[in-house]
Amino acid sequence: MNAVIEEHHDHDHKPSGLGRWLFSTNHKDIGSMYLWFAFTMFFVGGALALIIRAELFQPGMQIVEPEFFNQLTTLHGLIMVFGVIMPAFVGLANWQLPMMIGAPDMALPRMNNWSFWLLPAAFGLLLASLAMSIMGMGSAPNFGWTFYAPLSTTYGPDSTDYFIFSVHLMGISSVMGAINVIATIMNMRAPGMNYMKMPIFVWTWFITAYLLIAVMPVLAGAVTMMLTDRHFGTSFFNAAGGGDPVMFQHIFWFFGHPEVYIMILPAFGIISQIVPTFSRKPLFGYSSMVYATASIAFLSFIVWAHHMFTTGMPVAGELFFMYSTMLIAVPTGVKVFNWISTMWRGALTFETPMLFAVAFIFLFTMGGFTGLMLCIVPADFQYHDTYFVVAHFHYVLVTGAAFSIMAAVYYWLPKWTGNMYDETLGKWHFWLTCISANVLFFPMHFVGLAGMPRRIPDYALQFAEFNQMASVGAFVFGFSQLIFLYVVIKCVRGGQKATTEVWEGAKGLEFELPSPAPFHSYTTPPQVK
Amino acid sequence: MRAVSRPSGLACLLLASNPSYADYQLNLEPGVTSFSQGAYDIHTIVMWICVVIGIIVYGAMTYSILNHRKSNNPNPAKFDDNTTVEILWTVIPVLILLGIAVPATKVLMAMEDTSNSDMSIKVTGYQWKWHYDYVGEDVSFFSNMSTTQEQINNKEAKGEHYLLEVDNKMVIPTNKKVRFLFTSSDVIHAWWVPAFGVKKDAIPGFINESWAEVPEPGIYRGQCAELCGANHGFMPIVVEAKSEEDYLAWLDEKKAEQAAASASAEKTWTMEELMAHGETTYNTYCAACHQVGGEGLPNVFPAIKGSPVSVGDVGKHIDIVINGVAGTGMQAFGPQLNDADLAAIITYERNAWGNNTGDIVQPSDVKAAR
Repeated sequence: MNAVIEEHHDHDHKPSGLGRWLFSTNHKDIGSMYLWFAFTMFFVGGALALIIRAELFQPGMQIVEPEFFNQLTTLHGLIMVFGVIMPAFVGLANWQLPMMIGAPDMALPRMNNWSFWLLPAAFGLLLASLAMSIMGMGSAPNFGWTFYAPLSTTYGPDSTDYFIFSVHLMGISSVMGAINVIATIMNMRAPGMNYMKMPIFVWTWFITAYLLIAVMPVLAGAVTMMLTDRHFGTSFFNAAGGGDPVMFQHIFWFFGHPEVYIMILPAFGIISQIVPTFSRKPLFGYSSMVYATASIAFLSFIVWAHHMFTTGMPVAGELFFMYSTMLIAVPTGVKVFNWISTMWRGALTFETPMLFAVAFIFLFTMGGFTGLMLCIVPADFQYHDTYFVVAHFHYVLVTGAAFSIMAAVYYWLPKWTGNMYDETLGKWHFWLTCISANVLFFPMHFVGLAGMPRRIPDYALQFAEFNQMASVGAFVFGFSQLIFLYVVIKCVRGGQKATTEVWEGAKGLEFELPSPAPFHSYTTPPQVK
Repeated sequence: MRAVSRPSGLACLLLASNPSYADYQLNLEPGVTSFSQGAYDIHTIVMWICVVIGIIVYGAMTYSILNHRKSNNPNPAKFDDNTTVEILWTVIPVLILLGIAVPATKVLMAMEDTSNSDMSIKVTGYQWKWHYDYVGEDVSFFSNMSTTQEQINNKEAKGEHYLLEVDNKMVIPTNKKVRFLFTSSDVIHAWWVPAFGVKKDAIPGFINESWAEVPEPGIYRGQCAELCGANHGFMPIVVEAKSEEDYLAWLDEKKAEQAAASASAEKTWTMEELMAHGETTYNTYCAACHQVGGEGLPNVFPAIKGSPVSVGDVGKHIDIVINGVAGTGMQAFGPQLNDADLAAIITYERNAWGNNTGDIVQPSDVKAAR
C-alpha cells in the first residue's frame, strides 16, 4: 500500500536507463550531466597540464617535442575554459536556479537538453584532433587557446577546421544555455520575489547570461572569418591580402575579456551565498553587490585591448584601456570588502564549503592585485606574455573560479543527494588543494618577473628552481582532485542523511525543499515575503 | 647587470639545496635604460600599494577568522548595511588609482616618444630567428640561436647562456638613441629585451617602433615573447652595446665580411668545402625542423634523408629551397641566404646521411635558378 502511494506521488515520468539521460528535459538531470562532463574534462585538461609541468620540471627537452608541447598548452587552455569552468557553472545554474527562485524547472527544457548534448560533440571534435596527433596523423591545434592569426590561419595545421567547428558548437550551446537562464529568471520567479530579492547567485548568473549572448556570437564571427580565410580566399587577417592580423586580436579580446567575467561572476554569486551561511549573518551590502556585478559586466566591454598593449597601439589607446581597466578594481574591491564585512562579527564555522570560500577571497584577491599591476602599461611591457601573466590568470581561474565551483559542490551536494559528504575527506581535499595550488602558481610570479616567457617548452637555467617547485605543486594538486572525485561518489552513494536546512545558517528557497530535492523542485510556487 | 635580489626565509631554505643552476631572480630588473627604469619604478610603486592593501584586507579577514568564530562569538551581529563605509571603500580606491595613474601616464608618454633618434635598426621576425637590418648602412644579417641540439636534448652539459645565445649579436652604440622598427615575415613575434624594458610585437604587414638608449657597454639577452610556432622557445635575442668607436669598427668589419661572402659566391667550390660549409649552415637554418640527422618529425616536418626531393631532380630541390612551399612551414630561403650558403646546404642535403647522390651544386647554379 505504501509503495502504491509513493508511486502515485512520484510524478517523475522519467524514462529509465540511457534514455533518461539522452532525452532528459529535467533541470537536475541535465545539471548533473553538465557537472559530470566538466569533472571529466577537468581530469583530461589536468592530465595535459601535468605533461606540461613534467616537461618543465628541468631545463632541456625530456618528454615531448616542442611541436607537441604547443598542442598541449592549446588544448589545456581550451578544455579548461570551455570544457570545465563554463559547463560547471551552467551545471550549477541548472541545478540551483529553479530551486532558488521557486520554479519547477528551467523555462526551456528541450533547448536545455540540446545545449548540453552539443558539448560532447564539440569536445569529441576537439579531442579527436589530439587523438590523431598522438597516433601520428597530423598536428592538433597548436596556436594557443587565443589562436592569434596568422599562426592559426595561414600557418594553422589541418585540424584547425576541427577546432573551428568545435568552437561553433560550444558557442551555440552557450548561447542557448544563456537564453534559457534569462527566460527562467525573468518568467519563473516565485510570487513576491522581485529582482532586488533574488539571491545573489541568481543575479550574477542573470548578468553572466547577457554577457554570453553578447560575446559568443563575436567569437563565432572570429572563427568563421578564420574559416573563410583558410578555405575561401578571403583575407580578413592576412596582411598580404590587405587584411589585418591585429584586427583578429581586437575581435578575439572583445569576446575574450567579457569571457573572463563570464568565468568569474557566477563565482562571485556562489561566494555570496556561502559566506553568509557559515557566518550566520545576512550578506553585507546586497544592493551594492548587485550594482558592482552590473558595473563589472559593463566595464568588461571597454577594456579588451589591455591584452594587446605590445601590439603598437597609439598612446591615446593605451591610456584609455589602462584607465578603464583600473576602474574594474573599484567594484571588485567593493565585493571583497562586502564579503569580509559579512564575516565580521559573525559566528563563523569552517566546513569545507566555507574553507574554499575563504580561500577564494584570499587568493582571488591575489589575482586581483596582479591584475592591477598588469593594467599599468609601462610595467605591462615587462609582464606581457611572461609567466607573471600565467600566475595571474591561474590565481583568478583556479583558486578563483575553480575553487568557487568546488565550494558550491560541497555546499549543495547534500541538497542534491540527500546525504552529507565526508567532512574529514573534504577538509583533506581542501588543504591539499589550497597548499599545492600555491606551491604551483606562486613561483610563477617570480620566474615571470625574472623574464621567462610563457608557452615555451624549455627555458634558461636561472628559471630552473622555481619551475621545479611549480611542477611538484602541480602533481600534488592534480592527484588531490582524486579525493574530490571519491568524496562526491561516496556522497552520491550514501552517508549521513542531510536535513532540509542542511547547514545551520542556510537561508534561501532551495533550503526549504526536502533533501534530496524532489525531481520537479517547486511544483507549486512558494510565497516570498 | 642583472639585479639579483636574495630571497629570505622559506624560499631560501627550499632553494639552497640546489646550487647547480644559474642565479635566480625574484623581482623585475631595473634594467639599463630610462625606459626599463621607468617600468621598474612604477612596478615597485604599484606592488607596494598592493602589499599595503593586502595587509589591511588580509589582516581584517584573519582577525575575523580568529575572533569571530562561533566558538568565540556564538551570537552573530545582525547588521547588513552601512552607507558610510560603502562610500568610503568606493572613494578611497578611486583616489589610490588616480595616484597610480599619474606617474604611469608620465612614464608611458616618455616611452612612446621615438622622435630624434640617432639611428634605426629594422628588426624582422622569422620562424624562428631574427633579422637585423641597419638602415642606411647596408649591413644586414640573421641572428640564430647558437645553443646546440645536443644541449637541448640533454646529451651535452648546458652552457652558461643556455638558450640565450646567438651566432650574430645585434650590436648598438652606447649613449645613442637607437630606434627599432619591428615587422615580421610570417607570424607575429615579439622582440623583448628585459634590460631595455622594450617588448614590441613584430607583426606581418605592420611596422612598430620602439627605442633604447643604453648608457654602458654590455651584453643584454632576451627572448621572443609571442607564441610563433614550434620553436618559439628557441629564438633568443642578444644585443651587445659597444662604445661608439668599437661600434664603428664592428660595422666596418661586418661590411667587409658581407663583401667577402658575396665574393665567395663567385668562385667554384670543391665538394669538401661545400659539405663542410653545408653542415654548419644546415644545422643553423634547417635542423630546427628537419633535425640534425635529416630525419624530420613524422607528419610535421618531412625527412630529408632518403626523401624523393633530395635524391631526385636537382632543379626541383633548388627550387624548393629557394622558393619554399606555399601553405607549409617551409620558408623561401632565397631571400634569406646567399648563393654560397644555399649551394652548400643543397649539396649537403644531397650527400649526407646516405643520400650519396654525388651531386655538387655550385653557387652559380643557385644564382641561375633564382
